[in-house]
Amino acid sequence: MFNDIFPNVQMDQMWVATYETFYMTIISIIATFIFGIILGLLLYLTDRGNLWANSTLNGITASVVNIFRAIPFIILILLLIPFTDFLMGTIRGPNAALPALIIGAAPFYARLVEIALKEVDKGVIEAAQAMGAKAHTIIFKVLLPESMPALISGITVTAIALISYTAMAGVIGAGGLGDLAYMQGFQRRNFDVVFLCTVFIVVIVFIFQFLGDWSSRKVDHR
Amino acid sequence: MISIKNLSKVFKTKDQTVNAVDDVSIDIPKGEIFGVIGYSGAGKSTFIRLINRLEDPSEGEIILDDQDIAALRKEPLRKKRQKIGMIFQHFNLLWSRTVFENIAFPLEIAGVPKRDRDEKVQELIDLVGLKGRENSYPSQLSGGQKQRVGIARALANDPTVLLCDEATSALDPETTDDILDLLVSINEKLNLTIILITHEMHVIQKVCHRVAVMEQGQVVEQGEVLNVFVKPQSKTTKRFVQQLSPLEHQIDRLDEFITDDQQSEVVKLHFIGNNAKRALISEVSKQLDVAINILQGSISPTQEGAYGTLYVEIKGEPTVIQEAIQYIEASGVEVEVLKHV
Repeated sequence: MFNDIFPNVQMDQMWVATYETFYMTIISIIATFIFGIILGLLLYLTDRGNLWANSTLNGITASVVNIFRAIPFIILILLLIPFTDFLMGTIRGPNAALPALIIGAAPFYARLVEIALKEVDKGVIEAAQAMGAKAHTIIFKVLLPESMPALISGITVTAIALISYTAMAGVIGAGGLGDLAYMQGFQRRNFDVVFLCTVFIVVIVFIFQFLGDWSSRKVDHR
Repeated sequence: MISIKNLSKVFKTKDQTVNAVDDVSIDIPKGEIFGVIGYSGAGKSTFIRLINRLEDPSEGEIILDDQDIAALRKEPLRKKRQKIGMIFQHFNLLWSRTVFENIAFPLEIAGVPKRDRDEKVQELIDLVGLKGRENSYPSQLSGGQKQRVGIARALANDPTVLLCDEATSALDPETTDDILDLLVSINEKLNLTIILITHEMHVIQKVCHRVAVMEQGQVVEQGEVLNVFVKPQSKTTKRFVQQLSPLEHQIDRLDEFITDDQQSEVVKLHFIGNNAKRALISEVSKQLDVAINILQGSISPTQEGAYGTLYVEIKGEPTVIQEAIQYIEASGVEVEVLKHV
């Protein structure tokens, strides 16, 4: 039955590709979350009227973020090939995709972080200052916890963009379901492989969306 | 003891400068509840935010426990702020923390070890009457309960002064009274100095010992609440006092009693402090041959004693009426004879 509908699909290949997609997605989500929050905090804190108001630093951070956000992902991968080679020692496989994935997604997420932080009630920050809180206390005990639901829904949106980035990275040989769909499917006219890869990717997207929505609700006590 | 000297705050924008607080000097002894009242834009909010340097003063001194807050550098200011509690109109609680964790927050900031922290928080929860709500989130509380959390949080580090920034303005009248009662009981129990700002005379009347009236950044009048109530000097103060005695608005209802008849006078009596509790009217009518017709009256309790107003019509021979008025004045009650304007 299965072999009739998907004559060209080899399930062992499918599982390896699925594993690679998960691997690339999860590692890049974690790194994007960390770098995105750092960049987002920097954008927010150096903004006018905030804790570390500094227009020069704000301008530099904003420019970097905007430049990397403006570059189409597929071009970013190509531009980063020398850097990836230097950093990872290879330009093929899931690990080789990571620098491009993270550099492509972190600036995007940084903007979402900035928006989330701007939503934090100024009065609460002021209350913490009135209690004599240090800057790092305000960041880790006020800003981040108070914006957590938005930070989580932001990383969910970013994660889903990352899943489609991993598929794109597959075209230049990063592995994963995108690679499989392109190399084994499209190039060899095996459209059943393309179709099944698509189904798998959609399922993965649903899983991440569900996890994101669930945990965002979980931390929201407003 | 807090001593504020020549405090000023100037806001400069491109095309104008605003003297939000203009040369304000106030001394507040320990354990006093000091109120600042003013209409919005009078500078009272800026004034209270200057005290813990949420706004930096342009000029002047704020001496608290022999230290000039206005001159403190960043790090000592941070330490000093831990000893200045503040509560806010919109409570400013962290929604991501439970009641317990919110109250523990200032203790975490001050570096109090976990065990002492838990003990202190429990104590404060009892003090403000929130037993059983420790694990609720602010969103599950009513406005009054939220302000109780705010108060407990402000008291966590045993402050020497509590600043209240329109702390009851977002609450309904009944809850306002509960919160004010709580503030008075804390003031008495801990001998804590409280500075509060408000636009409601009712709040001043109910809890304050002394009051300052602010207008356009300046203090136009200050003194004992009772004195300010009975003898308001400035126009603004008079308007505030009228808020409290609705009778002042209804003077025209007395019109028909005020006549040119020599045998009848309408007088307004001010009772202050213990005089408010005397049976003066029956004394007068027993001692002198006058008939007294009570028109309207009210009594307002304040922290320093009661304050009442009574409008009466005195009927009798003109000379006896004068005698009656003198008798009343001699007993320490102020008399004002009302005539047609």
